[in-house]
Amino acid sequence: MIDSVEIAKGNPDTSQPWAELGLKQDEYESIKQILGRRPTSSELAMYSVMWSEHCSYKSSKVHLRQFGDKAPKTDALLVGIGENAGVVDIGAGWAVTFKVESHNHPSYVEPYQGAATGVGGIVRDIISMGARPIAVMDPLRFGPADAPDTRRVLPGVVAGIGGYGNCLGLPNIGGELVFDESYAGNPLVNALCIGSMKHEDIHLASAKGVGNLVVLYGARTGGDGIGGVSVLASETFDADGPAKRPSVQVGDPFMEKLLIEATLEVLHAGLVEGIQDLGGAGISCATSELASNGEGGMHVYLDRVLLRDASLSPEEILMSESQERMCAVVTPEKIDDFMALCKKWDVEAVVIGEVTGTGRLVIEWHGEMIVDVPPRSVAHDGPVYERPFHRPSWQDALQADAPTAQRLVRPSTPEELKQTLLDLISSPNLASKSWVTSQYDRYVMGNTILAQPEDAGMIRVDEESGLGVAISTDCNSRFAKLDPYAGAQLALVESYRNISVAGAKPLAVTNCLNFGSPEDPEVMWQFAQATTGLADACLELGIPVTGGNVSFYNQTGDSAINPTPVVGVLGVIDDVDRRTPMAWGDDGDLIYILGDSFDEFAGSEWAYLQGHLGGLPPKVNFAQERLLSEIMVAASRDGMITAAHDVSDGGVGVAITEMALRANTGARFWIPDNIDPFVFLFSESTARAIAVIARTEELRFTEMCAARGMSATRFGVVDSGLGIDSGYPGEQVIVIDSLFTFRVEELREAHEATLPALFGG
Amino acid sequence: MSARIGVVTFPGSLDDADAARAIRIAGATPVALWHGDADLHNVDAVVLPGGFSYGDYLRCGAIAKFAPVMSLIIEKAQVGLPVLGICNGFQILCESHLLPGALTRNDHQHFICRDQKLRIESTETLWTKDFSPGQEIVIPLKNGEGGYVASEATLDELFAENRVIATYIGGNPNGSYRDIAGISNKAGNVVGLMPHPEHAVEALTGPTTDGIPFFTSVLKSLVGAS
Repeated sequence: MIDSVEIAKGNPDTSQPWAELGLKQDEYESIKQILGRRPTSSELAMYSVMWSEHCSYKSSKVHLRQFGDKAPKTDALLVGIGENAGVVDIGAGWAVTFKVESHNHPSYVEPYQGAATGVGGIVRDIISMGARPIAVMDPLRFGPADAPDTRRVLPGVVAGIGGYGNCLGLPNIGGELVFDESYAGNPLVNALCIGSMKHEDIHLASAKGVGNLVVLYGARTGGDGIGGVSVLASETFDADGPAKRPSVQVGDPFMEKLLIEATLEVLHAGLVEGIQDLGGAGISCATSELASNGEGGMHVYLDRVLLRDASLSPEEILMSESQERMCAVVTPEKIDDFMALCKKWDVEAVVIGEVTGTGRLVIEWHGEMIVDVPPRSVAHDGPVYERPFHRPSWQDALQADAPTAQRLVRPSTPEELKQTLLDLISSPNLASKSWVTSQYDRYVMGNTILAQPEDAGMIRVDEESGLGVAISTDCNSRFAKLDPYAGAQLALVESYRNISVAGAKPLAVTNCLNFGSPEDPEVMWQFAQATTGLADACLELGIPVTGGNVSFYNQTGDSAINPTPVVGVLGVIDDVDRRTPMAWGDDGDLIYILGDSFDEFAGSEWAYLQGHLGGLPPKVNFAQERLLSEIMVAASRDGMITAAHDVSDGGVGVAITEMALRANTGARFWIPDNIDPFVFLFSESTARAIAVIARTEELRFTEMCAARGMSATRFGVVDSGLGIDSGYPGEQVIVIDSLFTFRVEELREAHEATLPALFGG
Repeated sequence: MSARIGVVTFPGSLDDADAARAIRIAGATPVALWHGDADLHNVDAVVLPGGFSYGDYLRCGAIAKFAPVMSLIIEKAQVGLPVLGICNGFQILCESHLLPGALTRNDHQHFICRDQKLRIESTETLWTKDFSPGQEIVIPLKNGEGGYVASEATLDELFAENRVIATYIGGNPNGSYRDIAGISNKAGNVVGLMPHPEHAVEALTGPTTDGIPFFTSVLKSLVGAS
């Protein structure tokens, strides 16, 4: 029997399953207060999903405010935080929108579909802004590479991302692949999408104009993913195993491709007043958010929703997270044209309701009123928690345990240093990612300028002018564990640097904040520190946060993941022809290191390989980062630079190896004066990059660095002819004077063999 | 007036814009053809682009052959219309029986995207004239179902009649029989190719520009015919 508003008024004391739906007692009481009666079962379903941590940001809101409060002044932001995705002006009438979201829990339960629908969800966020998606990238984190559970989850996640993204026709241009014990049982599957549009095509999610029609279009609504939001994304996995793991949504990328084309066509034809994608919380979310952002009222006839399974109850229809659905607000005059375009793309569409001026969201089911709520109370005025937090009891001891030469034995002989480099470049975290990225289409659309393993992904936006964007995501969660404030800043500066070395100017920031349970005060402290660190750093670097996503409850039992604030930076480049690649150029090109190297090994890849985590992470230096960025962008613009590469994970040794592999050309290096070879080769000090300069440009480049006060030290030269003297005639060779010699092929084999050996050829 | 080359968009086509760009770069005019529109709009040649037409449901290319535009293309191809099918387009040409054999799931079961070395085996087709025999090229390859299979007799015939237009070298990426990357029909006007020449037409975005001759070849034959 249907629980209508009438019935709810008649039996106020009926017991309701609010706890099973994830609501707390005071939240349930608060719903009763808002409505002046008990909620109907449909209303309870709506509130439970919309007030879940995943949808309401109830624990994070008070901290996320800093991104707005501390936002640097910028003209670049056309649409800020709060919409489906922020929109950034990149000049010449073009805008881009980008966002990263987590799909961690579903991907652990069902790796292929979880990861696939993560891509689908973020793509719909982008199209609902009016943009055409132009690229995706996926920051991925798993438990130890050789753990059986990683072998279960990783191949499915990669296949799911590829299976969905390839079928949508979106180039996958980068991302991350990190292994760490802390992600055992809690892999992080974050998905980023970027879209481009002309300024006039920006659309927002609001239901304006009384009498306008609300259209649900795309896939039919089924029983998949019901309660996924409230249960899957907002509950910790029990150490004894999954208590509640209902169905993960199932994706149909072909339908999503049609949805993209149909949506862009109706938007460009001017047929849409407001638009919203259906993701977590499905119809509950879309109708309440559209109404809340618009005139405030909407009347929905829920029985008109096209179903895959006719037996679904209204509560299930409201909560279903079936994929590939969108909701649009259309004027009555344009509805026929809208429907005709949907039909052209074989997309089913149905008018499910209309915009009203009542200030209420009313939902009917076969003539009975089953929902009658103020939409803001569902969508925007959910509970807000000031969760208690405190510095973890173990934090001081962790920071005191620095990886000094006394604490950890350091390699010092040439043989030991050589072996260290080999160990690093073949370690799962630094090995070639080709096993993963070769399963993704990076060429589709024909605008991919740079893709993994380059520092940043770069996409041409305008074929005429060569205007393009670059994007990178980064986070070293070990740094964040040692110091979450600095860790978030280190993630930002690395991403900022990756954009800059590619020749693009950093413009805006998105983030995906992956943490343990907010109910643990120590985790909440990490979160508060990280958000404050990131907001402060964005202000220092003058680039605003345009949006993001929070994923809590990434923990098994009491054991939380390392705090993992994944930061994505977007940059713009006026002409992609000027991009700076990683591969160095011709014989005789000179190799410089910009910036200073210090004895900083806490949280480094080298320390990780020694099984050590302790100390304070590398120092952040915003002034140096800004300077480095300006120099790299100027060097690219003025044609002074042949190649460049960020120095971060694994230090200079790993950076030059990656460049040699990319170029397939050897080079000779020497260790600069007054620095220990181990520190120079493997420290992870910040604000450094490797720059490769043609001899004819050397003077101009070094004079620019000197004039701006950036230290630039020549420490190598490209040389394809080192093989003979090194005893490897005909081969490309890297020589580090008086230390060691490597054949490039030997490095390549070590670098490329690791992931296939772990996950199969 | 430059030659008009049609590019068919099926629901799920992905590389249609890339094919149109390649046609422009080669010096011709791309003409968008819609799957549901039984009209070839006076095009001089047709490219069936890569993607996942109709979601690759049932079998790759199996539904596309029933599209209204395909019945016209099949008819005209049998009387000489130049048709190039790339990746999913190759699958459609096999399903349509314009080309023999079939494309099956990669032997290693993964989708694979990489820069692939090929040897041009036949320069006698309308789409490969601008290459030199035995020329080695590198263009992107990206497929999940790119393993070319056919009976031994058919394979022998394809080689005997010089209808294998390109073979994989430096490693077979998908288990294709006899390393076959592309084939033509007997007349040489219909060509199917698994790798993607349309992704190798600009130095900025492709690994090479080795894909361009596929598109300039057909223009020469059109000029020659008119």
